[in-house]
Amino acid sequence: MHEKVQKKLKILADAAKYDVSCSSSGNSRSNSRGGIGNAVAAGICHSFTDDGRCISLFKILMTNHCIYDCAYCINRRTNDRARATFTVQEIVDLTINFYRRNYIEGLFLSSGVIKNPDYTMERLMLVAKKLRLEERFNGYIHMKAIPGASQELIQNAGYYVDRMSVNIEIPTEQQLEKLAPEKNYPSIIRPMNQISEGILAYKEERRKYRRVRKFTPAGQSTQLIVGASPESDRQILQLSSNFYHQQQLKRVYYSGYLPVNTYDQRLPAIQSPPLVRENRLYQSDWLMRFYEFSADEILTSDQPFLDLDVDPKLAYALRNLHLFPIDINRADYHMLLRVPGIGVQSAKMIVDARRFRRLTSYHLKKIGVVLKRAQYFITCNELAPRMTDWEPQRLKSHIVAASQMKRRKAGDTQLMLFHPTMNSPAIPKQLHSKN
Amino acid sequence: MAYLIYDGSFEGFLSVVFQCYQQKLSPTNICKESDFQEVLFAQKQTIPSNPKQAQRVWKALQKKLHRRNQELPLRAFLSEHPGIEMMLYRFIRRVFDTSFSIETDYGDSDVLQLKKLERKVLKETARLLQFVRFQETSDGIYFAPIEPEFDVLPFTLHHFKDRFADQQWLIYDLRRDYGFYYNLKTVDEVTLSEKAFSTIDGKVNTNLLEEKEVHYQKLWKNYFDSINIKERKNLKVQRQYMPQRYWKFLPEKSPRIKD
Ligand code: SF4
Repeated sequence: MHEKVQKKLKILADAAKYDVSCSSSGNSRSNSRGGIGNAVAAGICHSFTDDGRCISLFKILMTNHCIYDCAYCINRRTNDRARATFTVQEIVDLTINFYRRNYIEGLFLSSGVIKNPDYTMERLMLVAKKLRLEERFNGYIHMKAIPGASQELIQNAGYYVDRMSVNIEIPTEQQLEKLAPEKNYPSIIRPMNQISEGILAYKEERRKYRRVRKFTPAGQSTQLIVGASPESDRQILQLSSNFYHQQQLKRVYYSGYLPVNTYDQRLPAIQSPPLVRENRLYQSDWLMRFYEFSADEILTSDQPFLDLDVDPKLAYALRNLHLFPIDINRADYHMLLRVPGIGVQSAKMIVDARRFRRLTSYHLKKIGVVLKRAQYFITCNELAPRMTDWEPQRLKSHIVAASQMKRRKAGDTQLMLFHPTMNSPAIPKQLHSKN
Repeated sequence: MAYLIYDGSFEGFLSVVFQCYQQKLSPTNICKESDFQEVLFAQKQTIPSNPKQAQRVWKALQKKLHRRNQELPLRAFLSEHPGIEMMLYRFIRRVFDTSFSIETDYGDSDVLQLKKLERKVLKETARLLQFVRFQETSDGIYFAPIEPEFDVLPFTLHHFKDRFADQQWLIYDLRRDYGFYYNLKTVDEVTLSEKAFSTIDGKVNTNLLEEKEVHYQKLWKNYFDSINIKERKNLKVQRQYMPQRYWKFLPEKSPRIKD
């Protein structure tokens, strides 16, 4: 029996690995009496795979059988692959036993579609229900809503899970129809809308009543495949921006297209996934969520694609040299955030520290500002800006050349700076109490 | 020119601060007893640890510090950074002697350095939450060996107690030879005189493991290997986020577990 589960696990983890999202953040809940588990707001990464990604949740497919045939998907029905299906109980047992050993924060359950969307969704829902009601599990549950499943099932699942997501996968309707003709845009957007409305209603009720049944308290997320279809980065960022603002999504994930089905003529012929582009998109996403940037500031209509040579913040600064240099001792927080080489933490520390004394470049360096970057865009006490009268193009080559020299020395660290898995690890609130 | 000697505990250190105020001392250096080396012509004075005095300093500090920084002195102290005592001493004096808050004066090297040390200690605390791995023993206790760089286990108890409220657990610091045991009601400090586990990697003797334990370790390693995307291999990032010194405790990284 052990052997059988091992085998299934291998197949179904392998089949789930292309889904990038793993975050367990966005909700904090303490354990109920006598139950097991809690959720920590910032999420905790329990391990890191050889590809450097965070393992926070036990990410698994219930089955990799599928009745559909989406071009970009390894599990499409026409692929000749080993297939397996977990029972509800098997998933519950694995989750609980991994959780008790502190391997994971919880479960991330997704699935290929068997029989029909409702049948599939119901089994997913049953896993969550069983975990919550029978095992009294209070850890994190992230579940995929199956496009086309009934509203009632999705609603029901929403009561047991922390986060739900519907993957849009392909950014535009036209391309989706080409690559996944059996799916349609409305079947993806409808559950998305339903979930955001459910969350809104839950928040509204919570304001009025004390005890309200929770509905996906950690919100909703989605995933886009980058590079399987010809959309521009600007289109993608605008879509994400809409998701964040209109649908109140918590996260959008970008997955560089891995050429899994090379025989399919509808897909671009590429050798390896577009990792640099994916990284630039994450950096841009980061700018929108934490650096007060709007999508239109990151890419303009005459510039539909992200510059692969420099990160989007530097690209923005180079395009807007007229805004710089800024005075470190005066500029407001919003502007500090726009300086290449100054992160959120440094910007906050600068605002705090300059109330006591005028800051010099020495202080900036100690605080953690990357002066190599920032020096072209700031003035502070004794530090005059460097080369502000240069042409953007020249300045860019200069900075790129300087950082490449460094990169050669340090290995490819550039890509890591904004790594999507960079969850700040959680710190327990009450650090002291021994009990 | 006074060298003040204390017992090395945080309580002892706070007692030093108390005595400095009371006796109007201005120390050149504050040293742990165990680290002190005789210095020619230097005066030295040993300050005994005194819980009451330490309490008074701690309480007074709590009143002055912003909520966010209330644990800063203790956390920074735990970093065991060379010279931490004088750094903290100067900081505490400034906190007490200034009418306004100086806690965000990052242009001051003591304040900035302490903040950074605090972050370092917090990071190690967070790593425990990430990388503690329990082994289920046949008597139903979940056992986890650890070896953190700093003595931060006490900071994590609240988290583990809340999370694993319905299972008995024991987390044991191999380096400092003490741990905490949760018996479904309270968490108690313990030191084990006899150990049924390896003092090197904390592996529990196989005959004492719950029967399914090895099975789940294998499943976990299997999962860990299967979820990896080979085309995206990046061992450097892996090592950056999951320091190698933790690997010996992780079943997924253990070469001994094969399927
Ligand atoms: S429905 Fe999902 S699992 Fe099935 S082929 Fe399409 S993407 Fe793959």
